[in-house]
Amino acid sequence: MQHTLAVIVENKPGVLARVSAMFSNRGFNIHSLAVGPTHVAGRSRITLVVDAPELEQLKKQLHKLINVIKVHELDPNQVLEREVMLVRVSCDVAARGELRDTASLFDAKVIDLADNSLTFELTGAPAHLSSFLDQVRRYGIVDLVKSGRIAMKKTSDLSQPAKTSVGS
Amino acid sequence: MTQKPYTGSNSLLESLEYEGVEVIFGVPGGAILPAYDPLLDSRIRHVLARHEQGAGHMAEGYAMATGKVGVAMTTSGPGATNLITPLQNAMMDSTPLVAITGQVATSAIGSDAFQEAYTTGLAMHCTKHAYLVTTADDLPSIIHEAFHLASTGRPGPVLIDIPKSVLNQGTTWKEPSLTGLPGYKPTTTGHPVQIAAAIDMIEGAERPVLYVGGGVIKANASEELLAFAEAVNAPVVTTLMARGAFPDDHPLALGMPGMHGTYPATTAIQHSDVLVSLAARFDDRVTGDVDSFAPHARVIHVDVDPAEIGKVRQPEIPIVGDARSVLTDLIARLQAKRGDQPAPSRDEWFTQLKTWRAEKPLSYEQDPNGPIKVQYFIERLHSITGGEAIVAAGVGQHQMWASQFWKFSRPRSWINSGGLGTMGFAIPAAIGAKTARPDELVIALDGDGCFQMTMQELITASVEGIPVKVAVFNNGGYGMVKQWQNLFYGGRLSSVDLTHHTPDYPKLAEAMGCVGLRAEHPSEVDVVIDKALSIDDRPVVIEVVVDPDEMCFPMVPAGGSNDNIVMGPEDL
Ligand SMILES: Cc1ncc(C[n+]2csc(CCOP(=O)(O)OP(=O)(O)O)c2C)c(N)n1
Ligand SMILES: [Mg+2]
Repeated sequence: MQHTLAVIVENKPGVLARVSAMFSNRGFNIHSLAVGPTHVAGRSRITLVVDAPELEQLKKQLHKLINVIKVHELDPNQVLEREVMLVRVSCDVAARGELRDTASLFDAKVIDLADNSLTFELTGAPAHLSSFLDQVRRYGIVDLVKSGRIAMKKTSDLSQPAKTSVGS
Repeated sequence: MTQKPYTGSNSLLESLEYEGVEVIFGVPGGAILPAYDPLLDSRIRHVLARHEQGAGHMAEGYAMATGKVGVAMTTSGPGATNLITPLQNAMMDSTPLVAITGQVATSAIGSDAFQEAYTTGLAMHCTKHAYLVTTADDLPSIIHEAFHLASTGRPGPVLIDIPKSVLNQGTTWKEPSLTGLPGYKPTTTGHPVQIAAAIDMIEGAERPVLYVGGGVIKANASEELLAFAEAVNAPVVTTLMARGAFPDDHPLALGMPGMHGTYPATTAIQHSDVLVSLAARFDDRVTGDVDSFAPHARVIHVDVDPAEIGKVRQPEIPIVGDARSVLTDLIARLQAKRGDQPAPSRDEWFTQLKTWRAEKPLSYEQDPNGPIKVQYFIERLHSITGGEAIVAAGVGQHQMWASQFWKFSRPRSWINSGGLGTMGFAIPAAIGAKTARPDELVIALDGDGCFQMTMQELITASVEGIPVKVAVFNNGGYGMVKQWQNLFYGGRLSSVDLTHHTPDYPKLAEAMGCVGLRAEHPSEVDVVIDKALSIDDRPVVIEVVVDPDEMCFPMVPAGGSNDNIVMGPEDL
């Protein structure tokens, strides 16, 4: 099962290694990881997506790390999640128009252009990114890079719904 | 002559003095050299170990015998890697330790410099925390934090890796304060609602058992435990790490539970309806097969480390807190609830326990013509010393017999390697304990296999004037491993024979500056013990030539159910 964890840590050397080792030691794979500073000086936030059966013990062990300040697991029904993706799709000049139409439906921006390819930048919920990939796969994906997933607890129903499908 | 500049090394020593360090166990070398110079002028004693593993175990022995933080210091690279075993040992047994390692100069880190090792990385999983110091100005605060971390919450080892360039860097010393640990706030007091619920559950129990772990000793909670056990009128089992937390001669004491535990202790847990775990961690050597462990028990689990709660067995009442504080609150709650009314008598339960005790005691047979049994020697030693000693043990059969047959009467009188099971622990740990408490009789009960792993520290003991006693039980081999090969591998003995004859232990002892004695016949046992006790100016090694074929019982085979206790070879 996939779990999303938000881990607030002191921004100190070795913290990320300790946190990630906690998973690798137990043979769990980290699916995605993103780290960055928070609005509080000296604190960083690590967002981890892991495949693991059960996380209770692991969360406690994470909490035992001296530089870890807070650990919470995000409820999949109450979460705002985003990823950034850069994807280069092969496409000759003739197919450009069609591909750009598709891209605009997904709010994907063209950020690079060559005779035989288009490179898009796309931000959204993980599902939004994968449906875009489903659409463009047939052209041939030349290169792809995704940021780690970042996530935040949703505070109300008014929050901007995540783009998950065309036209939303 | 111009004044020497004040450097990181001076700051290190000043910080250690500030933390109240009396003794450092260590071995010098290139990267840590700058620290060894001001050490000459410091009031801190340095005990020069013969191997860094020895230094680490000495620091552990020191810490276990006193509750104070033990300190070990080594150079970079091999000095640091030799310290890994003691660090993991201290991690498993929650022993407060600060390890200081030299590191190559900051500019050389990552260049495969001479004697470089990624020490903080190596230590990542065998310490509570590890620091790499990057500027000398940070030393006072890092050292202060390290001592705080090592000794509070669940104690453990903390490593401080200091590059040589930092030791040589000019700096000033500033009184440290604890501001830098926003994520470290151990919960020490139990929740009152849980405390009250626990008392209700225990009071209502028909067959309660107090399952006491090493944390009770760490928390200095033995007095509170005694008061609590008597107040609730419940039998007490003490794990390998908790031997001495509760007096063995007390009518409520059942001894050690688990793989080589006493029949009444292990069986009482199996039949308990309420199991109160006090700073114990449901180790596999205690539980055997977890699914059949204490099957009828509702569990109350007290631990200062929240990660222990529910790790192996889900408790009905979890209480996070320091054992001493929680026991004090439990006693207060009990008094508030029950006033002067007596505890439930639980006659049926105590009658049952009495029967088990009578029917299945610890036993062995000593043929007056020999060979000597380890159990017999330990009983004689206990009787002759009146049990007034600190006892350290190695790992193996002799360790289990020591735990079974030495009758403990006070905490911090038992120094052994429980979680990691580190052979060779006894001699250096005993040296550390004796350094800490020079007025106590300190005896290492060691196996011949263990002895051969760390015996060189006897040179440390004789040169430094630390007169420990060592009984080395020579059964000519790795008795415990041989026992498993006999029981589970059809008697095919593979690499367990050390021979009775080589080395000549008394001669070896003499060569290391100790007195060497030998007992080969039961009639010699009291004589050598008396002789050993009469010598106090040098370490003494007694070789006890013992039965090579004796097996250690009771035994629950690994992973087996605690319902099936093997009392002797006839049960197999
Ligand atoms: C460092 C280390 N290596 C290997 C082992 C595995 N081991 C456990 S007990 C034992 C034999 C111990 O022999 P000895 O010290 O003579 O004790 P005995 O069982 O004979 O009393 C061995 C090899 C261990 N516990 N620690
Ligand atoms: Mg042996």
